[in-house]
Amino acid sequence: MKYYDKLIFELSKEGRVGYSLPSKCDRCAGTEAIPAGLKRAEPARLPQVSELDVVRHYTNLSQMNFGVDTGFYPLGSCTMKYNPKINEEIAAMPSFAALHPLQKDLPGVQAVYDGLDKALAAITGMKHFTFKPCAGAHGELTGLMIIREYHMSRGDLKRTRIIVPDSAHGTNPASAAVCGLEIVQVKSNADGLVDVSDLKPLLDDTIAGIMMTNPNTLGLFEKDIREIAQLVHDAGGLLYYDGANMNPLIGTVRPGDMGFDVMHLNLHKSFSTPHGGGGPGSGPVGVCEKLVPYLGVNVSGFNGNFGVMLRAYAYILMLGRQNVKLCGKLATLGANYIKESLKDVYELPLPQVCKHEFVFDGLKSGTATTLDVAKRLLDYGYHAPTIYFPLLFHQAIMIEPTETESKETLDAFIDVMRRIAEESVSDPEILHNAPHDTPISRPDETAAARNPILKYWDACGC
Amino acid sequence: MMAGFQYFPQTAPDIQAMLDRIGVKSLDDLYSDVPAGFLYKGEYDLPDAMTEQEVRDFFEGLAAKNPRLTVFAGAGAYDHYTPAVIPYITQRSEFLTAYIPYQCEISQGTLRYIFEYQSMICTLTGMDVSNASMYDGPTAAAEAMRMSVAQAKKKNTVLVSNTLLPQVRGVIATYARYYGVTIKEIEPYAGQTSICSLEKLMQEGDVAGVIVPSVNRFGIIEDLTGFADMIHADKALFTIYCDPSALAVVKTPAEWGADVAVGDGQPLGIPLCYGGPYVGFMACRKDYMRKLPGRIVGQTADKEERRAFVLTLQAREQHIRREKATSNICSNESLMALWVTVYLSLMGPEGMKQVNDLCWQRSHYLYSRLLETGKFQAVFPDAPFLKEFVLKPLVPASDLQKTLSDAGFFAALETEEGYVSFCVTEKRSMAQIDTLVNALKS
Repeated sequence: MKYYDKLIFELSKEGRVGYSLPSKCDRCAGTEAIPAGLKRAEPARLPQVSELDVVRHYTNLSQMNFGVDTGFYPLGSCTMKYNPKINEEIAAMPSFAALHPLQKDLPGVQAVYDGLDKALAAITGMKHFTFKPCAGAHGELTGLMIIREYHMSRGDLKRTRIIVPDSAHGTNPASAAVCGLEIVQVKSNADGLVDVSDLKPLLDDTIAGIMMTNPNTLGLFEKDIREIAQLVHDAGGLLYYDGANMNPLIGTVRPGDMGFDVMHLNLHKSFSTPHGGGGPGSGPVGVCEKLVPYLGVNVSGFNGNFGVMLRAYAYILMLGRQNVKLCGKLATLGANYIKESLKDVYELPLPQVCKHEFVFDGLKSGTATTLDVAKRLLDYGYHAPTIYFPLLFHQAIMIEPTETESKETLDAFIDVMRRIAEESVSDPEILHNAPHDTPISRPDETAAARNPILKYWDACGC
Repeated sequence: MMAGFQYFPQTAPDIQAMLDRIGVKSLDDLYSDVPAGFLYKGEYDLPDAMTEQEVRDFFEGLAAKNPRLTVFAGAGAYDHYTPAVIPYITQRSEFLTAYIPYQCEISQGTLRYIFEYQSMICTLTGMDVSNASMYDGPTAAAEAMRMSVAQAKKKNTVLVSNTLLPQVRGVIATYARYYGVTIKEIEPYAGQTSICSLEKLMQEGDVAGVIVPSVNRFGIIEDLTGFADMIHADKALFTIYCDPSALAVVKTPAEWGADVAVGDGQPLGIPLCYGGPYVGFMACRKDYMRKLPGRIVGQTADKEERRAFVLTLQAREQHIRREKATSNICSNESLMALWVTVYLSLMGPEGMKQVNDLCWQRSHYLYSRLLETGKFQAVFPDAPFLKEFVLKPLVPASDLQKTLSDAGFFAALETEEGYVSFCVTEKRSMAQIDTLVNALKS
């Protein structure tokens, strides 16, 4: 990767254009006819550049980026699996891309909604899905709204508290808070699982439900899920399943069978649609039969991210009922393989079999931090794992390989992780100062927050 | 196991070697922690695995079932032209297959385009600070509702103009219902937000924020004179919902004295795609920077003093604030933010003006041609519109829709008042307009 320093505004030259538009009718009125009081005073300060300027600029920017197509991307809880190219062609088909969201009587579109609904129901054991949520956190919010609506419709108005484990994704408590729910935290036990004895006293008639990720953010299967489901249901609450960690269960275990009433899926994680630098995603929410009447909750402008749904459906059709059974298992195989291959040099706080991901608590020896390890990995051509999450371990390194990575890729990664462990003893400075071989070195994040420069003109003072 | 599958690279010997290293006998042993009964033993109710060619044929078959209509409708989704450059750039896998730029040293591409995007949203809206994107326009408006209440502390009512698109009001209402915020609707007068109705609602008190459109659901460019003073007199937050394409020519939220600007970036060359993915935008005055939800990219320098970009002001975000959060957004619509950034780079100030000129000319041409047919009455004859307008139909709207659809057009959407709306972008030719009008005449 090469450092490239331009911003598009710096390429601008008065009078240069990058568009081609039909010519205006000079006799007819145009926007000059907008009443004076309703016009903007000065034109927007957009760049004036040629088409080639734009193409080169963004091509150069792209070359400072690392994606799944560049190399191994073991970012925990993000399921950075390969994004099949056929999906992109399907989503770009003009016959889909040109449809207005308010058009009716579109049998081809309806078949996509119905087919994907049925497939996701089969994989998860849920009854039906809504596709309106645009991302995982949006799905969480939608699912919690459904839970609240269920209780409210029964006149059960006291249920305004939700139980969230201390290992939960940060979006869980945030989604609950913006859904007007009070968060009650349940502790993890020494095995990293929800502590059932800590849970029991929390269950009363003010509990709307519990949000769980299974396997949890430590990559561990919540073995007591049957008992937890029983306890929560007996107390009148519902179980929410955070689908961010669904990948290891695809083809093996169905959340619906475990007693979950509501769940979301991240189509951009488990179902292979590209992460796009942070979206667009899609966070469909599935529910059990008794909650189907509440699926209509209105959380986005139109029909959800249809383009993302097309990609996920194409992927599922490629998987089919034959390949689906191996998806989760191979993801789990890769994670356990890395874990067992590195546990002698990285601190493994929870040694049991993991699912799609697991957590190391830093290096066993040397002074290098988890941040140092992560930054050094960039030098070796890898994306770093998720770091400093979950919060249960101070030097957390959360690794998720996914099923689309070969043994050779995992072996090469393991070698590099071992080399970094050696360097942490033999040459710790090289870790402290990493990365060395990237377009930029570690930036000054404190300065960025203290003196915010958030748009082009903040820096040039113009 | 079945013969090779192209997304699973593990061979049988690979699997065996990996199991050996782990010290288990089979893949099933990796699930020994799953209680008996939860391992799904049945056959998954999914179709047989398809080949890539079969998948292509399958979707081509579905696509062929959808009628292809020429779009003369807007209502929140606008059929503007997409320059060929854009998908080539957004399909570059370095952008497409990356995730949130957590590792800034290998994410400068994403971080730089977000910084450019924020800059462009700021210059379009006149605001000081933009975030890195939201899901869509309606959810951005709902975030503005929450932001209003968060900054007001004790006040808990947000006023929402009836002239906002129904889906914007709908999503705000949903978010407000569970967040415990009271929503009151400002009535329209002559197709615009009534300042008298606003005044009356302000007098009722408890107002934390007010949300009104710039170009409204009738296509009318609203005159918001006096709004900012009235709203700020009660220390409420003033949010304007806008069409970013129109902002190239109409008065900006900053010029109207607003505190927050939100809207949907879809009119900036994003294909209709049956409603998504689009991209919401959200920008505000500097005073509210630390209340703005979502990610923000800032400029700094690396150790060698090179210009560098990072995610910044993260103390505002959900993963830090957790249960104290006032927004839960994590993934946004980053790639669609790149889409509109490339669009605005290509169009520049002159291209954006020309798009709006063409919209104005052609929509006004259709407007007068439709009135000539005798099948419509003007509703707001003196109100200025840009590309979208409503008329009162003298025949049932459903008949109009049927006639137009038979002639190959999607148009004449019915509003809640029983008017019908039409929208004309620069993409619609004069010949298409004439064909549409002729279809109604016959």
